[in-house]
Amino acid sequence: MTTVASMQPDTIPKLLLHNAVRFPARPAIRHKDLGIWQTWTWTDVHEEVRALALGLEALGLRRGDKVAVIGANRPRLYWAMCAAQALGAVPVPVYADSVADEMAYVLDHAEVSIAVVQDQEQVDKVLSVADRLKQLSYLVYDEPRGLRDYDQARLKSFVDVQASGRLRLAAEYDASASFEQSVAGQNGCDLAIVLYTSGTTGRPKGVMLSFDNVLISARNAIAFDQLDENEEVIAYLPLAWVGDHIFSYAQSYAAGYCVNCPETAETVVEDRREIGTTYAFAPPRIYENLLTLTMVRMEDAGTIKRAMFGYFIGVARRWGEKILNRQRVPLTARLLYGLGALLVYAPLRNRFGLSRIRVAYTAGEAIGPEIFRFFRALGINLKQLYGQTEASVYVTAQPDGEIHADSVGKPSPDVEVKIADNGEVMFHSPGVFLGYYKDPQRTAETRTADGWVRTGDAGFFDPVTGHLKIIDRAKDVGRLNDGTLVAPKYLENRLKFYPNIKEAVAFGDRRDYVCVMLNIDPIAVGSWAERNNITFASYAELAAHPLVSDLLARHVDEVNRSLAADGPMAGAQIKRFLILHKELDADDGELTRTLKVRRGFIAERYRVLVGALYDGSSAADVETEVIFEDGRKGIVTARLKIIDMTTYAARQPVVEKAA
Amino acid sequence: MRAPAPDQTAASEVILGVENVTLSFGGVAALRGVSFEICKGEIRAIIGPNGAGKTSMLNVINGFYQPQEGRITYKGRTRHTMRPAAAARGGIARTFQNVALFAGMTALDNIMAGRTLKMRRGFFWQALRHGPALAEEVVHRRKVEEIIDFLEIEAIRKVAVGQLPYGLQKRVELGRALAMEPDLLLLDEPMAGMNLEEKEDMSRFILDVNNHYGTTIALIEHDMGVVMDLSDRVVVLDYGRKIADGSPEEVKADQKVIDAYLGVAY
Repeated sequence: MTTVASMQPDTIPKLLLHNAVRFPARPAIRHKDLGIWQTWTWTDVHEEVRALALGLEALGLRRGDKVAVIGANRPRLYWAMCAAQALGAVPVPVYADSVADEMAYVLDHAEVSIAVVQDQEQVDKVLSVADRLKQLSYLVYDEPRGLRDYDQARLKSFVDVQASGRLRLAAEYDASASFEQSVAGQNGCDLAIVLYTSGTTGRPKGVMLSFDNVLISARNAIAFDQLDENEEVIAYLPLAWVGDHIFSYAQSYAAGYCVNCPETAETVVEDRREIGTTYAFAPPRIYENLLTLTMVRMEDAGTIKRAMFGYFIGVARRWGEKILNRQRVPLTARLLYGLGALLVYAPLRNRFGLSRIRVAYTAGEAIGPEIFRFFRALGINLKQLYGQTEASVYVTAQPDGEIHADSVGKPSPDVEVKIADNGEVMFHSPGVFLGYYKDPQRTAETRTADGWVRTGDAGFFDPVTGHLKIIDRAKDVGRLNDGTLVAPKYLENRLKFYPNIKEAVAFGDRRDYVCVMLNIDPIAVGSWAERNNITFASYAELAAHPLVSDLLARHVDEVNRSLAADGPMAGAQIKRFLILHKELDADDGELTRTLKVRRGFIAERYRVLVGALYDGSSAADVETEVIFEDGRKGIVTARLKIIDMTTYAARQPVVEKAA
Repeated sequence: MRAPAPDQTAASEVILGVENVTLSFGGVAALRGVSFEICKGEIRAIIGPNGAGKTSMLNVINGFYQPQEGRITYKGRTRHTMRPAAAARGGIARTFQNVALFAGMTALDNIMAGRTLKMRRGFFWQALRHGPALAEEVVHRRKVEEIIDFLEIEAIRKVAVGQLPYGLQKRVELGRALAMEPDLLLLDEPMAGMNLEEKEDMSRFILDVNNHYGTTIALIEHDMGVVMDLSDRVVVLDYGRKIADGSPEEVKADQKVIDAYLGVAY
């Protein structure tokens, strides 16, 4: 690998020149504009980037300067990254939806001298904080709309900057040569990009990646999934996210494949259908949305279609994954699946824009096994991946044919992974970042002296499959009094994958056993109650219904059974649980604004309940102050039943036959 | 909020003048001797309490109603009455208080309909959808796509407008009016029934239309905040009479306007 890599171009601008020779007439990037897909070949992109680079140079951009790139996935913004890199400047993509204040922090911290932005909205944001940005000299905008009355002194239109670059090409005999010289003057260990991680805690950190980091990771993944210049990807995730940077930028340059920029954020599904992507990367919520959309549409379909859909989805769930994994299945199953493909799966895949998909990844957080299996059952090769900005994405990925809904796969090529004593996952790879920009202290906290990076996530290797399983943030993992590992979020996610359970809060750190509080999902449980002739007048009444607690007890029991086969997690089975009388709510401070449970706050607020869970009593009275939508406060009282569960002895895990 | 265009107040070329217009339905006088002017490139608001004659005024301007008295001067030509077709050919487009779109047609087709007056090919070629008609359609489709891009409605291009929420229907209607490439755009309560966010969006589109295409806009609106932010000059009608005319600040401070809105004991 390394010998081959050393012969290949070692920076992205070099790859641009290389691709212009290698694939002159192949599409490099497309953008749907005015309803029509506009295509730029590698030759075109080379010309556009060169014109832009020369124009930016005329604006005073020099080696080592930082260029902010702010906006949606547009060809021009991708070109801006490459143009900056060609001059030896460093692009800093910024989340387009960040508020002006956050943007000010990043632009100031990165000492950005030129910002290339999409439109008036972003111009307004940057200008509103411009007095705090001493280094910022120019704002280059793509869309001129609404900007006519602005003071143009610091504003430059993208077209004008490129025009000045083209003028230089025509007027200065050595302009083209100086561009190529500048490109040739860099190498793989140069700083390629600074990606600011959104940072749930504290200020964002600027992750510095070199060309080697980005390109070796990109090439390893290209080899891993056998990608080539014929891939089509759709770019719609934030430019500032490392995933987009690798999948829609670095890998496109390295493999020479085409990146498609959708018309707007709302048209992605339609645009994907028109393009027919072959390679995809998305967080679980994208797949969730696709599935929900399908299910909702099917509810409105006619009886025959619905019956057909229901039957063949059943067939797919039973046989689809086995067929995808090339396992032996009976002939009748194969025939039925073939018929289903004709009638249901192929049209569905077409709707999703996944007719031509070869590899699809989900990453970022845990995906519900139901959702995961649904897509695989349809014959879509959806796989899981675990990565980080600090790793240039790749830490682990699932190889073809070795797919498990609850694991994130094996270490990617050239990546070493180990589990620290506290359960934290650590890795070492060619993608390991250079450091956090201007923050040696936090760099040292994250990366050890010998180059291992702490991920902050706790996990373990499945003893049978050798796949990594991520269980929780390392700081949230605790231990029972007998020393057993407890990962609250792992348990909570397991429980929340049941549609009837909306929220779960698990306790166990420094306790004798594990207990959980559950929130029912009012829609799912409500409709279940209607179908089963259970009447109820309020959320609290439904939650307290004995049949509902039986229903949830069955779910908890299933979770316990599956935990028993789960290696190190087997000891953390749920001993007792209760169903809360009210929905956990961000207004009451029980959830964060991004709807994550605040475990500590809940433990404090419901100490009576936690006490009852651990003192063996069979019920608990609770009195809670709630804040109504109109701001009034009220008291809700309830008597909650506590249910005891059976736990199972740890089983020797059996190899999951890819269900 | 708006920086006044430098040349506007000085040059102020009148695009439309209304002189002494009186309109009555039977014994009910909707407009009584109203006169005002709309200058090229400005956003002119027409406000007033319910039944003040605002919509009647717009209907007179685009020729839908024939006033009994008065004269209308549009682009230098004075006439007693305007006919709707003449108004449309002359570059006056409008939207309606209650959305008037073709509900079964897509947003794209609705906006295409706005280009009808600009199409030259006859029924024969149009029906064939080949040859010159096709070439013509390509040109018009491009214009329409520019409008779709401008109004940010790409995602609903192929959705039947009957299925769209109200705020988007309003936007499609604005798109159809823009498809005529009007010189004067009449907007009848463009923001009625919208929530705050939709109002903000629509305000931005109105400003952008004015700024980008240089279209003169006359609008009727009830939301005073919107009117004060958007318009260069405001005409206030009450019981069919003009009671004030001037900049938003002047009008806001006018005692007659305050009385008309708050009611006053006679």
